[in-house]
Amino acid sequence: MRRKTTSKTTYTLPIGPIHPAFKEPVMFEFEIDGEKIVDVDVSLGQVHRGIEWAGMQRNPIQILYLAERICGICSFSHPIAFARAVENAANIEVPERAEYLRVIHGELERIASHILWAGVAAHEIGFDSVLYLTWRMREKVLDLTEYLTGNRVTKAMITIGGVRRDITKDNIPKIRETLEYYKKNFEKLRHVFLDDKTIKLRSKNCGILTFEDALKLCAVGPTARASGVKKDVRVDQAYAAYGDLDIKHITPDILTGEINGDVYDRIVVRLLEVKQSIDLIEQCIDKMPSGDIVSEPKIPKLLSAIKKNAGEGIGRHEAPRGEVIHYVKLDGENEKPYTWKARAPTYNNILPWIPMLKGEQIADIPIVAASTDPCISCTNRVLIINKKHRKIMSREQLHRLSVEKTRRLMKTHHIIGGGTI
Amino acid sequence: MEENSRLKPEEIVAYFKEEFKAKVKESRIERRVAGVNKNEYVNIWIKIDKSIFKKAVKHLCSLQFPHLAVVSGNDLGKNIELIYHFSLYYGERLGEISLNLSVEIPKSNPTIETICDIIPGALTTEREKQEMLGVKISGIPDSRRLFLPDDFPEGIYPWRKDETGPQKMVRNLNEVRK
Repeated sequence: MRRKTTSKTTYTLPIGPIHPAFKEPVMFEFEIDGEKIVDVDVSLGQVHRGIEWAGMQRNPIQILYLAERICGICSFSHPIAFARAVENAANIEVPERAEYLRVIHGELERIASHILWAGVAAHEIGFDSVLYLTWRMREKVLDLTEYLTGNRVTKAMITIGGVRRDITKDNIPKIRETLEYYKKNFEKLRHVFLDDKTIKLRSKNCGILTFEDALKLCAVGPTARASGVKKDVRVDQAYAAYGDLDIKHITPDILTGEINGDVYDRIVVRLLEVKQSIDLIEQCIDKMPSGDIVSEPKIPKLLSAIKKNAGEGIGRHEAPRGEVIHYVKLDGENEKPYTWKARAPTYNNILPWIPMLKGEQIADIPIVAASTDPCISCTNRVLIINKKHRKIMSREQLHRLSVEKTRRLMKTHHIIGGGTI
Repeated sequence: MEENSRLKPEEIVAYFKEEFKAKVKESRIERRVAGVNKNEYVNIWIKIDKSIFKKAVKHLCSLQFPHLAVVSGNDLGKNIELIYHFSLYYGERLGEISLNLSVEIPKSNPTIETICDIIPGALTTEREKQEMLGVKISGIPDSRRLFLPDDFPEGIYPWRKDETGPQKMVRNLNEVRK
């Protein structure tokens, strides 16, 4: 841990190794002047499980299941990025229908993830009624996922060279019904998050990431796009079926006409992306060609083909939190890959936290940190160190500080009630 | 970025070859198509000599400020290969080009210059490469470990495949103890 000589007026506030927003282990060390954050240091690794090393002892089919367990929410994104890397390294074709099916499952995951995030963000600032509203809405897409794949979270849909389960004609009405539900309720969600005065007070001009910082610190996903950096693998690269679909970058100015790069803008981007995902799934259902869903269904045959190929490849995919990239090197002798490197989007969104959090108040830590939708993996303690006093602060206490700030703001701005449902 | 100032994949390779001549050791353009419309996307792989590494990154930045996705690495026996995965021309519909810049450094002197002064976002991945592959990034602004705990032994690098690898530390749970 970096120990800096703090001046007399400031003190250090370590938060972690848990995340102040999610129950995930990451360690923050804040230098605090009164209520204001002067400097931030992040340390990671509390849940480093050596997955890449473990993967290098396994064959690519086994890695798919390991990759699926890197993250519970992105349980589609990591396997698809890995499969694409292997497909590129070993020159494996993917049938057209499978490309469309990949998009449908990728977008269903995005809807589930963004709505989950919206609930967490509302909880962070003390609107638990909104948390219940959003998570109830999220159930619908999880039900659909279960209907299509057999599971709510770990879907096991991806295989190398295609997908494992088809979507038949009989499944279409259920998909359409779910999409209609979201279309009907989207306006409600938009109104709750974007028109509410208190949410605006807490999120506007809070946790700002400038365009320059987002670019230089290599931010990805909605975090980058909310700052105006147009980076979205789905738009930029013709992978899966995204090249055939009508899709454009989502930046907050589409709705509000301006880009501030604050927490509010990140809410705008995610909400618009939910709408975009609904649209993409509809396009896929309309355009989906018939045919095979996997190029080589016999796994031993597939593995022996991979074994004979020497080469390297990268696979990119736009996960709900941003670009995920996997690198695979095959040596042409072994089934197991010579090298496997997986990079999750939060990895790139760590450094952008620093400019976002600097200058904010302690009570803003939860919402600003949560605004990048970090995915680190769970514990429960906050530690405050003053020169003389050593005080352990629980996650609940930090959360209470955030809620109190909301209530305080509501009082000073004469807002009655919590949320506007 | 304006349409006319964009370079084609071949021109990007030529752009590096003109500047660095024989120091560009290998180059490969990988074209892939996807979907019903068979739209194309491109991965460029360029291998360069260690001596021009920093200059090459600067040269790349004068084309466009690139997005650095991550740095990956291979233990090749005598050498360690670092691959810098950049992407160029993103922000345009189907315009993105992935540029993978690789450089080999000998295990006897595994040092490479930092690029944090050019791309500050490279810090996380450079710190990871130091602890995982045992390379030395000279001039890195923050050389602490990133993922590995402070009590992890010195001189063990999880991604190495030689005697400095983590094999000894791993309990092989699949083996039946006799």
